[in-house]
Amino acid sequence: MTETNQAPATGTGSRAAGHPSSRGRRQFLRAGAGVAAGAAATVAGGAALGRPGVAGATEIDPGNLPPNVPMWGHYLGDGVDAEPYGSPSPHEAHVVRRNVPWLTATTESSVNFTPIQDLHGFVTPNGLCFERHHAGTAEVNPAEYRLMINGLVDKPMIFTMEDILRFPCESRFYFMECAANSGMEWRGAQLNGVQYTHGMIHCVQYTGVPLRVILDQVGVKPNGKWLMAEGGDASGMNRSIPLEKALDDTLLAFAMNGEMLRPSNGYPLRLVLPGWEGNMWVKWIRRIEVGDQPWFAREETSKYTDLLADGRARYFTWEMDAKSVITGPCPEKPVLHKGVNQIKGLAWSGRGTVKRVDVSLDGGRNWMQARLPDPVLPKCLTCFNAEFEWNGEEVLLQSRVIDDTGYVQPTMQALQKVRGVNSIYHNNSIQTWLVNKTGEVENVRLG
Amino acid sequence: MSVLVKSLLGGAVAGSLLMGATAVADEIAAGHVYDLGRPATPEEIAGWDVDVMPDGTGAAMGQGTAAEGEEIYMVQCAYCHGEFGEGLERYPVLFGGEDTLASGNPVKTPGSYWPYASTLYDYIYRAMPFGQAQLMTPDQVYALTAYLLYINFVIDDEDFVLSNENIGDIEMPNREGFIADSRPDAQPAEVCMSACDVPTTVVGRAAIIDVTPDNADDAPAIVLE
Repeated sequence: MTETNQAPATGTGSRAAGHPSSRGRRQFLRAGAGVAAGAAATVAGGAALGRPGVAGATEIDPGNLPPNVPMWGHYLGDGVDAEPYGSPSPHEAHVVRRNVPWLTATTESSVNFTPIQDLHGFVTPNGLCFERHHAGTAEVNPAEYRLMINGLVDKPMIFTMEDILRFPCESRFYFMECAANSGMEWRGAQLNGVQYTHGMIHCVQYTGVPLRVILDQVGVKPNGKWLMAEGGDASGMNRSIPLEKALDDTLLAFAMNGEMLRPSNGYPLRLVLPGWEGNMWVKWIRRIEVGDQPWFAREETSKYTDLLADGRARYFTWEMDAKSVITGPCPEKPVLHKGVNQIKGLAWSGRGTVKRVDVSLDGGRNWMQARLPDPVLPKCLTCFNAEFEWNGEEVLLQSRVIDDTGYVQPTMQALQKVRGVNSIYHNNSIQTWLVNKTGEVENVRLG
Repeated sequence: MSVLVKSLLGGAVAGSLLMGATAVADEIAAGHVYDLGRPATPEEIAGWDVDVMPDGTGAAMGQGTAAEGEEIYMVQCAYCHGEFGEGLERYPVLFGGEDTLASGNPVKTPGSYWPYASTLYDYIYRAMPFGQAQLMTPDQVYALTAYLLYINFVIDDEDFVLSNENIGDIEMPNREGFIADSRPDAQPAEVCMSACDVPTTVVGRAAIIDVTPDNADDAPAIVLE
């Protein structure tokens, strides 16, 4: 145990200022105690410039360390209701979504990235789920929300949110990945952070009404084979969906992780298409039309089609291929200690359940099977972990998932051989992290 | 004991509150119709049913020409897409790109990539101009669609009248450029576990490309014992 693992004391001072709260009083008392102990000097962490939560202890008050009893062991903290809707510790302020400004022209039609390097388990907290908007976040008043279903149906209908909440519902954990996740990495290692290379993904427990229940209310005509889901935002996002998927596991979800959807994730109602590319999970859904053919909307022709080397493009590439990535160590989480270290990561498959994850320390020459702690759920993020001993030499970390259909996560070379480098979408190749001799971790491409 | 709990414990009362005769809720039955929702009126549907299919199904009544569309384009579109459709900053390029799809720098435009003209109308009407969506008339959108077809050499007469009658007949250059999903693909012959024959030389490094967003607070902290 070294001091360098202490979390930094950021934020509390400024938050306390001006607040006649118990926290302010603690701050005052702490200052007094520091003088009384004659230990105003603080123990500087080994990494004054370090990032919070990694090793960046900026100040440690010896008065809070054994054998002393720390301040929080003496004095009262905030009472209940200090924060009616809670928020993370100020020491975790670095755990936030981030975007890549050069990717898009505006933030209203853009994407940001889930900080998967800082998450634990397979559930993404609602405030950290990556956002992808095409015309900004629609601010919808649920009392004014309407879902319309029309087209090849016996009875075109309109539902309110009150109606939706009175249907039978189910709650299930699903991952949701943008088809463009890792899309910047086709030609080479570009972004030096797992948040940016793999962060267009989240996994929450969605609660909603099975779409088949809603379709039963309107009666799909025999020639109705396709649905068009349409968003109520200013992009009117529309995608074609085959009827079979709608009747299978599709949900009209109103909640995530136990609370109503966040506005940026489609409040008050969005489509959930388990295992399929995130673009189809229409947010702020206002209408579903039943048709006898697909629509070939802009987002399924001009975008979200996968250009091959010969200039032809695959269309309707809905399923997300099995994929895995090591989320620690990674560029944001360097190896800090020689000796035993933990590899942790996430694996998933849009076609089913993760069967096995292998990890390699030598760029894919030799592999060992990782542990898969429970639960392992279909179309859901699955945690894996394994130990490795680091002796200060260079290490090439990789992970490789195999799902229950037998699908094996491919190398980038294998993927490029079939798809070229212009695809943008559906890059599920094996990721390599180079741990260099200082313990820094880099995104690298092998060849 | 609260009144509520007493009520629930009273079998007669509970029986009248819960659906079904048993104490276990039924599985969600296929085809069950609930007394929820209401019919959508033709007027309500007309206001929201704005989509167009490739064969023109659903196209709103209206018409426009490229000549008319050019005037609208310069006012409504050129600010982002450029006066020539060249795309300013990172906004989409709207013309050109022929014969680039198999190159190292593919340029996907309506002329080089989009398979259906209906998609232009559908998208422009529902989403454009950016931040001013669904405010144009069908005639204006037909005119803009005609203009984009004209600058991409799909139609060669700026007075050609594009309408709901003929939008499904327009043949786009890359109509045959799309193939069905043939995944799963790129699969190994076997799952190798040891002494695998794979390249392990580092040939590219993101740290050298250096396009990761800058954030001083993000500098990795390297501390060794």
